[in-house]
Amino acid sequence: MFRKILIANRGEIACRIAKTAKRLGIRTVAVYSDADAAAPHVALCDAARHIGGPAPRDSYLNGPRIVAAARQSGAEAVHPGYGFLSENAEFAALCREAGLVFIGPPPSAIRAMGSKSQAKEIMGAAGVPLIPGYHGESQDPEILRRAAEEIGYPVLIKAAYGGGGRGMRVVERPAELSAALQSAKREAAAAFGNDRLLLEKYLSRPRHIELQVFADQQGSTLHLFERDCSVQRRHQKVLEEAPAPGMTAQRRRQMGEAAVAAARAVGYVGAGTVEFIVDSAGEFYFMEMNTRLQVEHPVTEMITGLDLVEWQLRIAAGEPLPLSQEQIALRGHAIEARVYAEDPGRDFLPATGRLDHLRFPEASPHVRVDAGVREGDAITVHYDPMIAKLIVWDEDRDAALRRLRGALAEFQVAGLVTNLPFLAAVAAHPAFAEAHRETGGLDTGLIDRHRDELIPLPRPADDSVLALAALSELLRVDREVAAHAARSGDPTSPWHYRDGWRLNQDHCHALQFKDGEQIRRVTAHFRRNGYLLELPESTVEAAGELDEAGRLTATLGGAVARATVVRRGGEITVIGADGCHALTLHNPWQQSMEEEDLGSGLLAPMPGTVIRVGVAAGELVEKGAPLMVLEAMKMEHTLRAPADGRVTEIFFAAGEQVAEGAQLLAFEAEAKP
Amino acid sequence: MSVLVSKLNPRSAEFQSNRDVLAALVEDLRAKTAQVAEGGGAAARGKHVARGKLLPRDRVAALLDVGSPFLELSPLAAWGVYDNQVPSAGIITGIGQIAGRECMVIANDATVKGGTYFPLTVKKHLRAQEIAQANRLPCIYLVDSGGANLPNQDEVFPDRDHFGRFFYNQANLSAQGIPQIAVVMGSCTAGGAYVPAMADESIIVRQQGTIFLGGPPLVKAATGEVVTAEELGGADVHTRISGVADHFAFSDVHALGLARKAVGNLNSRKSVTLDVKPSIEPLYDPAEIYGVIPTDTRKPYDIREVIARIVDGSELDEFKQRYGATLVCGFARIFGYPVGIVANNGILFSESALKGAHFIELCCQRGIPLVFLQNITGFMVGKKYEAGGIAKDGAKLVTAVACAKVPKFTVILGGSFGAGNYGMCGRAYSPRFLWMWPNARISVMGGEQAARVLAQVRRDGLEAAGKTWRPEEEEAFMAPLRAQYEAQGHPYYATARLWDDGIIDPADTRMVLGLGLSAGLNAPAEPTAFGVFRM
Repeated sequence: MFRKILIANRGEIACRIAKTAKRLGIRTVAVYSDADAAAPHVALCDAARHIGGPAPRDSYLNGPRIVAAARQSGAEAVHPGYGFLSENAEFAALCREAGLVFIGPPPSAIRAMGSKSQAKEIMGAAGVPLIPGYHGESQDPEILRRAAEEIGYPVLIKAAYGGGGRGMRVVERPAELSAALQSAKREAAAAFGNDRLLLEKYLSRPRHIELQVFADQQGSTLHLFERDCSVQRRHQKVLEEAPAPGMTAQRRRQMGEAAVAAARAVGYVGAGTVEFIVDSAGEFYFMEMNTRLQVEHPVTEMITGLDLVEWQLRIAAGEPLPLSQEQIALRGHAIEARVYAEDPGRDFLPATGRLDHLRFPEASPHVRVDAGVREGDAITVHYDPMIAKLIVWDEDRDAALRRLRGALAEFQVAGLVTNLPFLAAVAAHPAFAEAHRETGGLDTGLIDRHRDELIPLPRPADDSVLALAALSELLRVDREVAAHAARSGDPTSPWHYRDGWRLNQDHCHALQFKDGEQIRRVTAHFRRNGYLLELPESTVEAAGELDEAGRLTATLGGAVARATVVRRGGEITVIGADGCHALTLHNPWQQSMEEEDLGSGLLAPMPGTVIRVGVAAGELVEKGAPLMVLEAMKMEHTLRAPADGRVTEIFFAAGEQVAEGAQLLAFEAEAKP
Repeated sequence: MSVLVSKLNPRSAEFQSNRDVLAALVEDLRAKTAQVAEGGGAAARGKHVARGKLLPRDRVAALLDVGSPFLELSPLAAWGVYDNQVPSAGIITGIGQIAGRECMVIANDATVKGGTYFPLTVKKHLRAQEIAQANRLPCIYLVDSGGANLPNQDEVFPDRDHFGRFFYNQANLSAQGIPQIAVVMGSCTAGGAYVPAMADESIIVRQQGTIFLGGPPLVKAATGEVVTAEELGGADVHTRISGVADHFAFSDVHALGLARKAVGNLNSRKSVTLDVKPSIEPLYDPAEIYGVIPTDTRKPYDIREVIARIVDGSELDEFKQRYGATLVCGFARIFGYPVGIVANNGILFSESALKGAHFIELCCQRGIPLVFLQNITGFMVGKKYEAGGIAKDGAKLVTAVACAKVPKFTVILGGSFGAGNYGMCGRAYSPRFLWMWPNARISVMGGEQAARVLAQVRRDGLEAAGKTWRPEEEEAFMAPLRAQYEAQGHPYYATARLWDDGIIDPADTRMVLGLGLSAGLNAPAEPTAFGVFRM
């Protein structure tokens, strides 16, 4: 076994690999970019090497530098994780040349599976079922037309060197073929630099089922059953589970044999995943093989009780497969949910920001969380906005689903928008929840089909959310004042009371919350043992306790409600039984101060690139005039003049990168008479 | 400490009828307070708000720390005076916390006669400055006033305790290191201009605040120059050019935020030198005080029932319990602060007066604040008592009270008559604060006694002239006197004229005393030197 390995990755997978290495007594070396100097994976490894700037191409995709880091640190092997260089044959070869073991398949196997058309040729020869299609060299329209006839409509056009849905077209009728071919060709050329297309039979309501395979250097190959990854949105997996709902033993054996045959056909070594597309009748066709550890590998670990990273390490070190096919047992049901910083309501736009508050569900034999971030860490534009993978296990699918829903409800994130409500909605949706029964409807179109139910419009905060927000704010002031009182020279003074005492009068305090674009008002009337809250729709007696961690136990009109309320600056996130709601506390003093600061300049609301500057220094502008356009997170953001006035200086030009909070230009509001 | 044991039965018919009567008085007090809180009426308020200005009470609320207490002073000032047209005397004063610091807030109510100063407005403003001085409280002036009320100029301008005294006080308070901060939210004309000008730090709201010695009409009359108020003395002029004000505010709320910042930068830390213990609530509910006070003012009750509902843990260590029993003296705590309680429990005799003087000496020696619970018809009269020297014993008590430099707090729970008022630290004896209960009465003597004394004098005169005076004639003579005393002895009459700092709900006595004690501790302890005690 290796004494020391280098982990050429970051985030949760780097942490995941380090944990197994640690358990096996293998020393670990982390690599990190400028953005990750304080990242958890760096802290978790025994040593760490800086490899460059935050952009992946400057660090985690820089093979030579990683290889150099491995050599300098005395590592014997390199684990690439997933993504980045994990399926890069050149990198695998580079490792080899440098005398390092690449923990993964030989470069030849990576290359063979890297080209879809080449892979299909090999698979066809090995007897692995292939989806009927045309993978020929010739792109002559007439040949393609005939091929389409032969396959039978509907057909799918794909880019030969593509992925991620670009260059893809579904053609229902022959008449639509030629136009679809032309546009797919253009898109493929633009996206991949190669306009070669292939045709396939289009399967309606297909499922995505993949087989985990392992092969050792001694020539043994086996599989660790399947995973169903049908719940996808735009080819991004959302939920993955094992075993696949409705899978029969016979079909599993057939698919397992096909997967093993596929791996053998390319001389595979290590962990790999053979992906199949499965039609409604259960017929399966080879799609592609991923020559690495998958993001969703934990579900296989949960149902087999095996550590896949351990297996990878043993095989790479030359050991034979630890078990034979017969010795591997499948027990129970596991589901993984990928928790992302993204906004389902804005077409899953990735979100960046700070994880002001992060609480994972409690780990147990039933619940596992693989994360590479901690509370206080930032999700940046540089890397995948994944927060964590939540994996649950139980004896059967219904029980596992209950675990999933429970764990999702316990998962708390504040500071940025997440897909947690969306995941909870999918987990609860009958199409998914009943997938192992007749009534279910599991296939790759599930999310698109039920989009409206799964991605509800953002709803305004209801009275109970506003009540919890207001109560927590009042109690927070109480806490702060009590702490201040204890430190003061006059700790027992009733002046420290915050019960709104007035001489022969009642008193109330109006709180305003910004909820989306709306201002919501809550008037808190001070009462002897709490507050009477006047809410938009109702009036309720409220009292409660707030602990240091923001856990609020409230009594609202006699009913007990629990929530976690996270506050950062004026941002308040109420995480309650019905999910998570973000509000902004409107501080009247603060607001006016901001107004006062108008003249000081305009700051970048997020990190991004200046794509356009619409004014010149010295120019007079009217309130609302566009001054500068930023692009961040694939979104354009226009900065507008906050008042009538003059732009006195411009600090960035088009094309320049800006950090969040950077002053973009100086602005002088026109003094009003 | 000894715990007081209440003998009160809250289920008795007497308790309930007592409670109903006092509760009704408190209800009336709250109703009148709510009425004056409306300021100058709906039309004036509407006009004020339409200008983008916050109402004065909203200004005060926005200035203070959220949820913190506000000990308003004399909200019923000018009640029943000036045809009842000047609610709260047109000015809101009181103590509140700003950035964790107790401050005196003095806010004009421009909805009341344009915020102009009536005689009682002047008196209330000066009383607030007096309290600020005694307790070393930073003053925040929220200025929105048309200056002196011109028809009443003879009663607001010329005398020592008139308008000019505001600025004398500002200068001298500042000299004593008591911060003076002005927020100009409306007019500051003529003499009023000196409020911001004499402040340590001042803030002015654009399009609202103006400061000038002579307004546009006067300027036009004097020099023919035509100028707008904003050009003449607006925020821009004064913060950019003249330097009369220091901070430019966009709005009332902004100005109040700036004032909060100014207080936050005062660099002051309160340090209390008393032996403070943790605060413990009384064992008995303060609201039960309602049931303690008999409906018949002549009926005696044990003052310890009241004390048990004010002090920490209902604990009182009595001094000379067996001597001079009509005056209860003892050590107790209120919100953890040690206090010496001096409470009437009947008429004052020589022994009670001597006991009180002795106890006050003890408290001054030890630096313990004094709380006077006043319910006194007076000193005992009669040949025996005069011969016993009650006058010199009473004088000892009055000397002790007058000279005591520890913070003194007076609550008039019932009667406050004659020399009893002096011995029990009436207004003239400069307690830091003086409050009245709504059932209290204050006059030189009781209405009945006064009527009888005057009737006796008249009868003697008539009889000396050989005339007779029929009983119905005598009754007709006495009735208006009784009515006059009843009206002028009433707490509303008293509070209207600033004889007190406000009428309080008896159930709030503990809270009000606690706030006053704590506010009072902002001033350092002073040593006491007593005058000659006639032996």
